[in-house]
Amino acid sequence: MSSLVMSATCRPADYKSDIKPIWCPGCGDYHVLMSFTRAFAQLGLPPEKIAVVSGIGCSSRIPAYTNCYGFHGVHGRSLALAAGLKVTRPDLTVVVASGDGDGYSIGGNHFLHACRRNIDMTYVVMDNRIYGMTKGQPSPTTEPEFDTALTPGGTGMAPFHPLVVALASGANFIARCFSGEPNETADVLAAAIGHPGFSFIEILSPCVTFRPDEKAWKDQVRPAPVAATDDKGKAARRLMTDDGFNIGILYRGNRAPYQPAVGPNGTDLSVLESDFEL
Amino acid sequence: MGATPRISPSISIAIVGSGGAGALTTGNSLLEAASTAGWHGLFTRTLGPQIRGGEAAGLLRLAVHPVDCLADQFDLLIGIDWLNAHRFGAEIKTGPQTLVVSDPRGGEPPPMVIQSGARVVEISMKDMAKSIPDGRSNMIALGIASRLLGFTVEQVFGPMEKRLVDKGPAAIAASLAGITVGFDAAAGIDFGPRLAVPTPSAARRWLLSGNEATALGAIRGGVRFAAAYPITPATEILEWLAPSLAKIGGVLLQAEDELAAINMIIGSSYGGTPAMTATSGPGLSLMIEALGLATSAEIPVVVVDVMRGGPSTGIPTKSEQTDLNIAIYGMHGDAPHLVLAPQSVGDCLFTTQWATYLAEALQAPAIVLSDQFMGQSRAAIERPADVAFVGARSLATEISSNYKRYAMASNGVSPMAIPGTLGGQYTADGLTHSERGTPTSGAGDHLAQLDKRRDKLERFNYGDHWASVEGTGDLAIVTWGSLTGATREAAGRAAADGLEVRVIAPRLLAPVQPERLAGALAGVKRILVVEQTHSAQFHRYLRAHYDLPAPVRVFHRPGPLPITAGEIHHAIMDWR
Repeated sequence: MSSLVMSATCRPADYKSDIKPIWCPGCGDYHVLMSFTRAFAQLGLPPEKIAVVSGIGCSSRIPAYTNCYGFHGVHGRSLALAAGLKVTRPDLTVVVASGDGDGYSIGGNHFLHACRRNIDMTYVVMDNRIYGMTKGQPSPTTEPEFDTALTPGGTGMAPFHPLVVALASGANFIARCFSGEPNETADVLAAAIGHPGFSFIEILSPCVTFRPDEKAWKDQVRPAPVAATDDKGKAARRLMTDDGFNIGILYRGNRAPYQPAVGPNGTDLSVLESDFEL
Repeated sequence: MGATPRISPSISIAIVGSGGAGALTTGNSLLEAASTAGWHGLFTRTLGPQIRGGEAAGLLRLAVHPVDCLADQFDLLIGIDWLNAHRFGAEIKTGPQTLVVSDPRGGEPPPMVIQSGARVVEISMKDMAKSIPDGRSNMIALGIASRLLGFTVEQVFGPMEKRLVDKGPAAIAASLAGITVGFDAAAGIDFGPRLAVPTPSAARRWLLSGNEATALGAIRGGVRFAAAYPITPATEILEWLAPSLAKIGGVLLQAEDELAAINMIIGSSYGGTPAMTATSGPGLSLMIEALGLATSAEIPVVVVDVMRGGPSTGIPTKSEQTDLNIAIYGMHGDAPHLVLAPQSVGDCLFTTQWATYLAEALQAPAIVLSDQFMGQSRAAIERPADVAFVGARSLATEISSNYKRYAMASNGVSPMAIPGTLGGQYTADGLTHSERGTPTSGAGDHLAQLDKRRDKLERFNYGDHWASVEGTGDLAIVTWGSLTGATREAAGRAAADGLEVRVIAPRLLAPVQPERLAGALAGVKRILVVEQTHSAQFHRYLRAHYDLPAPVRVFHRPGPLPITAGEIHHAIMDWR
């Protein structure tokens, strides 16, 4: 099926699998799934040409809920797995789904290097500022005073600032979304997929079970007051100084995506074996 | 001239110098000259951890026949200087038959060498080098060695010109002048042994390291993607793959760490491109979790572990066989996978190619256990034959409906849909899953998929390549990996003493092949296990998985000292 035909006929439902999500009722991730399927439909991508790759955590369950090819791998390594997939299969649309623990803690180093490497893929982190699957431990984005069983009285550590880190590390597209706005999120996701290079979207996605206070996010988020910039300096100032609730595309870079130097396919190995001939 | 030279099938030479003195270049050049002239040979280097300014020695054995191990003692030891040579004392065995060439300005040979009764000849290599513009002592040493070994100057010039082609005519002229001066200086020295004339052979000859052979084997097996994180002593595999893959439409990605490297190759393979990485013990430790993922999700990948001394950082530049346990047992859960071990520089090619083929055929990860000795040795060998083991994965290409990625099959191998295949969409998962791939914690699915992954490995017919089995005696030596070479040589010496010895070296370590080993051991009365570990890992592995139908002795020692054929021969003769 060509993408042209798909775009004329496809609906978000075409991208949903028949597996019923096991997220908690009210979890923000339901809306993120909705945004995924809407963005894919909007772009008219054939489902078999999309790969959704994830690690471990509530958010990382998303691949199996789509009707795309999926990979639910080990904790924290989704970006590396996706890199190996995309450089060998540039014809695929690769979307990586992660959470604040999977992406910023155990997978933190891969985040830095995926930004640097700038392979053409889209990285979506559903940030709820808590480890939900293991029942409420602080993540790198949890506020320092947030009290948990593991960190009585809070962590005392400043939260990680993923968007600033992404910018400093070389991400080519940076956006923040709110799960409660699935149409807007779908639009941003479609733009991110269309943007060359490594695109990073932080989606604020409340954990209603361990962070019921995050239900208030819907009243705190607002469209970013200024349009996306391609100026890294301006973007840095904006990202460093906003309160974390400006929604929209915040930075669009113009770095050329990573392109491996690949010669023509060859099965004649004599070009290599001549290295060893006496 | 002295007495008539004694014709010898093999001569061993050690060239010692402080780091940067060029001892390794001298040794490599001798190997190139000898192999161009038709001899076989093995060159290995031994060095300290310093990048510059430490100690370096090139250890070389030239022979009329292929050699897979060094000799027990050296016939010729050339000290360009002796600054840190005492650190090699235990590695470079000398004796009364050894000729030592020493530069009086480079210090005294180590006491161990003097005490061994070796003959010492002094030649002022440094002064001779100074008489030549841009002259270097290691070229003088090369000239000396060439004369003593009976080469002509021209036999050494050719490889040197080839080696220095990028450095320009001045560098070549300086080197050739140095070789000539050294060659002349060695006139009249009575060395003693002389290499027998090589048998002319029409076979195409190759000169390559085990690490290079490993990399080419992976490519011959179908690998077209590699992920790379540098680590001693595996880096040369990755450095050879980088330009080589690019020439044939493949890709190498440098990873940020070994965790990324293993996951990158899983991603590539999931997308349909056979993939490998290479590492050593510390890196393998980091890759183990994702190897479990590849096992569960049934994604073929090849991981080469070039073993070095462990645990922890251990001895990065020296060989050991101590990653056997982690390779076999490292993964959590019940995780059947492939573990293979090459037995020589040339066999690195075959075994890695076979590992790639098996991984693809069985949709399982394969760990290839090479080691520093094989990996970093260069050997002159006959071009390894082309074999038919080219990875061919069972693919689901035409899918009607209700595709089940992990469907039960009599051979346990279920056709794999590659992204892009219409109707084949599934999610590969490290969670226990159903035939469709849907996560489940049900007992039935768990057992069924565990059975499937076990059965596909156990029901496969691995054929005769599972081990090399030689000889018929009632004493069997069971060994593995790079110790196979020294063991075979020891068995040859025992045969010369009138004792037939069987040598059994499994190439396929997992899945285990109890019936095949039982067949190979039929009728034996004594079993000698030989391995380079401290805790006798291989012996314990054999005890756990196989019947050993005779009394067993174990000869094991950790690195860094190589286990020599002489020591194994002694262990054999000690038990007759």
